[in-house]
Amino acid sequence: MSPWWRVLIYLVAAPLLGGLLAGLDRRISARMQARLGPPLLQPFYDVAKLWSKERLVVRRSQNFYILFFFLLTVFTGALFFGGSDLLLVFFALTLSGIFFVLGAYKASSPYSFVGASRELIQMMADEPAILLTAVGMYMVTHTFSVHEIAAQQTMPVLLLPGVFFALMYVMEIKFRKSPFDLSSSHHAHQELVRGIATEFAGPTLALIEVAHWYENVMLLGWIFLFFSIHWAVGLAFTALSFFLLVVVDNVCARVKWQFVLRSAWRVTLVLGCGNILLLWLLEMFGILKLNQ
Amino acid sequence: MSGFIFLLVVFPFLLAGLLLATGSNRIRRLIVGVGVTGVMLGALCLALPGVPESVTRLPVAPELVTRAMLVAEALITLYLLGLSVRLRQPLLAALVLAQSALLLPLELGGGHHVAVARYLGHDQFSVILALIIGVVGGLVCLYALDYMQEFHVTHHPDLRDGRRGFFAVLFLFLGAMFGLVFSNTLLWVYFFWEVTSLCSYWLIGYKGTEESKRNALRALLMNMAGGLGFAVALFVLIRGGGPVEIDRLVVSTPALVLLPASLLAFAGLTKSAQLPFSSWLLGAMVAPTPVSALLHSSTMVNAGVYLILRVAPVLQGTAAGLLIALVGALTFLVASLAAIGASDAKKVLAYSTVANLGLIVLCGGIGTHEAVWAGVLLIVFHAIAKGLLFLCVGVVEHKIGSRNINDMSGLVLKMPRLAVMLLIGMAGMFLAPFGMLISKYAVLRAVLDSAPLMAVFIVFGSAATLFFWIKWMGCLLVVTRPYENVEKNIGRGKWTALYSLSALTFGTCMLFPLISTCLIEPYIRTQYHLAQFTPMSEGNIILMVIMLALVALFPLSFLNYGRNVKVIDPYLGGANAEDGSRFNGALGATREMSMQNYYLSEMLPEAKMMRAGVIMACALLAGLLVKVVVS
Repeated sequence: MSPWWRVLIYLVAAPLLGGLLAGLDRRISARMQARLGPPLLQPFYDVAKLWSKERLVVRRSQNFYILFFFLLTVFTGALFFGGSDLLLVFFALTLSGIFFVLGAYKASSPYSFVGASRELIQMMADEPAILLTAVGMYMVTHTFSVHEIAAQQTMPVLLLPGVFFALMYVMEIKFRKSPFDLSSSHHAHQELVRGIATEFAGPTLALIEVAHWYENVMLLGWIFLFFSIHWAVGLAFTALSFFLLVVVDNVCARVKWQFVLRSAWRVTLVLGCGNILLLWLLEMFGILKLNQ
Repeated sequence: MSGFIFLLVVFPFLLAGLLLATGSNRIRRLIVGVGVTGVMLGALCLALPGVPESVTRLPVAPELVTRAMLVAEALITLYLLGLSVRLRQPLLAALVLAQSALLLPLELGGGHHVAVARYLGHDQFSVILALIIGVVGGLVCLYALDYMQEFHVTHHPDLRDGRRGFFAVLFLFLGAMFGLVFSNTLLWVYFFWEVTSLCSYWLIGYKGTEESKRNALRALLMNMAGGLGFAVALFVLIRGGGPVEIDRLVVSTPALVLLPASLLAFAGLTKSAQLPFSSWLLGAMVAPTPVSALLHSSTMVNAGVYLILRVAPVLQGTAAGLLIALVGALTFLVASLAAIGASDAKKVLAYSTVANLGLIVLCGGIGTHEAVWAGVLLIVFHAIAKGLLFLCVGVVEHKIGSRNINDMSGLVLKMPRLAVMLLIGMAGMFLAPFGMLISKYAVLRAVLDSAPLMAVFIVFGSAATLFFWIKWMGCLLVVTRPYENVEKNIGRGKWTALYSLSALTFGTCMLFPLISTCLIEPYIRTQYHLAQFTPMSEGNIILMVIMLALVALFPLSFLNYGRNVKVIDPYLGGANAEDGSRFNGALGATREMSMQNYYLSEMLPEAKMMRAGVIMACALLAGLLVKVVVS
């Protein structure tokens, strides 16, 4: 399939899939808590309703940042599914995240300010593991190209279990799930918890939601790469990983930012970097031959 | 064009003499204006395609130049000895004497026997450096005219007005830098190297306060330690009959010249303020802002990384190179983490300079052609963006009376144009798809192919850079109440410098493929004897340009400013009182809301981390010493 077709399919299908996953997440979570939960399509109803609401702002330019957050998130995903360079995908992802944070700073309310600061801490916590994933992939497959990594049909996870674990650890941050949903939780029980999104309303809030759907689908793509030996195997493990994320969300309580940063960096350093070190040693002593 | 480079080097020296001779403000403005135009045009001329080789020719006998340098060097030595007596600094005297003891016999006795084929050199790398020195350095000098006026008249009437010497030293500095990048014989490089050390001593100590004197001395001591390394390298080369020309040094058998190359790289580490020598650059921020801008962006620190990248082909794949790369990687990580805890804008900038230089040193230590390509690119982007940021902070400090990042909140209303320029500079420093990112991408790729474990430093360090830059960007954007616009009386020289650097930051990002193909790639090809070298795939470059275009569209959204939205007060967790910045708190009191940044000072204590970094870097350097001595 040509990259353009893949990008086109992504642009259309990702929000649908992302929305369904969000709905599924809420259903599964509800079942775990012995509730019935909302209909599967509830996230779509929510977004549609938000779209019809008034555009309330604190600062007149705050929504522009969110628009660009949305555009860049979509762009990031397009890069990924177009089969481009993992490093470029990573940098684009960071850039889109920065626009989100700047929008929250621009809104200039104490809650969004704290949310933005916490989001920054989260970004700082999760970046090393994601970047290390790209590094690990390069060591194992000798390419950064998403297309080529997927086309090699191997199981990088077998050589990169530590990196995979570190990535899963920070995925909990990326998916905004407990115990790491500091900057903005899905459950708006108090202002501080809504954080970064506090001052965004109506269509802009809807845009943030849809951007997250796009982002989540792209992030699941990163997980898929670890199991890319066969598409069915990949999809099965990706689904399993998603389920795991939901389970952890339901069994953990929110922790302090200090713990988030410290633990994420420790996990990345020990498991992620340890994994890379081991690979490097094995290759250097000729025990392991990584395919060229 | 014959002898053009010689003229370019001598020209700033002559102007320095003129500036020293005149006390009149108006004549000084004139001379500086002429001088800046001259150095900029001179550097630009050399960058034109098809410059003949004859530009490197000397209009006078080289022995004459060498002899003049010898006299100047003797004077510098005497001056420094006098200084060490006056300041009661035996260490300084020891460093100066050690250098003289090493070099004097060689220069007096055998100096003329050292066969030098080409005294001056001219290749794409030196042209890039010359452009940075001429254009960025020139703009800083223009800016300094207005800045120093305001500095003395409005802000520090108590200080002695030493502008006469100040501007003379600025031009001396530019001249020495030109000399440094165009000299092909290391003996001349060494001379200019010492001149820049001395210039930075004078400039850092300009204010004459206790603190600035102390920091200036520290800078001098550390740079003299590097100079000693340089002198030992020269001694080893001349005694061993090795080549003293850069172009012959890099093509010699690496094993023969590894020792001097490592020593030169060591000298580069001190000048580029790598750990454990970072404290001199951090202390240099006591100087007036143009000095910081000059040291951090266009002159001093570039000299160090210039030398390291020059000897990179020799260091490639050696243990010594690896140790130097590790020092750079460690510096990048530690300085980035330390910057999180800093609230002083100039300090944040200083840490980020140290960190970025660390990345360049990392490239030089690895020494592969991809790494050197990335390193040169980093020098270009860093020089421009950092120059812009320092100049902006200088203006802001004078206008709002503080350079604390928290005090800059609302700057987008107080000084809208400056705020936008600061944002451009910061974007240029770290944001995708601007320059730094292209380079960081290249560094990561280069590292992975030769020493994948170094990636660990980059991975964590770049996460930290993200944090401190965005925190600052956010602060500029926050607006909690109406502010008065204080962006007045800034002066034409300052605006010229600020606008030009902003345009350059953006322009170099847009035109980076052109800079790479016209200047950097040819240099790499000749250095590494490669027939073909395409550092980046065309597809990736196109994607980056698309991303840049996307971000460049952002200002367009302001056409829609304030339309179709309803403005409300922010949510403050209680009933809002009067305007959106106060609320009715507990016990009926009206409270003002305030927002403060995170500095993570408990988790990442700045001082403690720097100390740990110094210790680790010392261990690495000790390793380097052992390695060098054993081989």
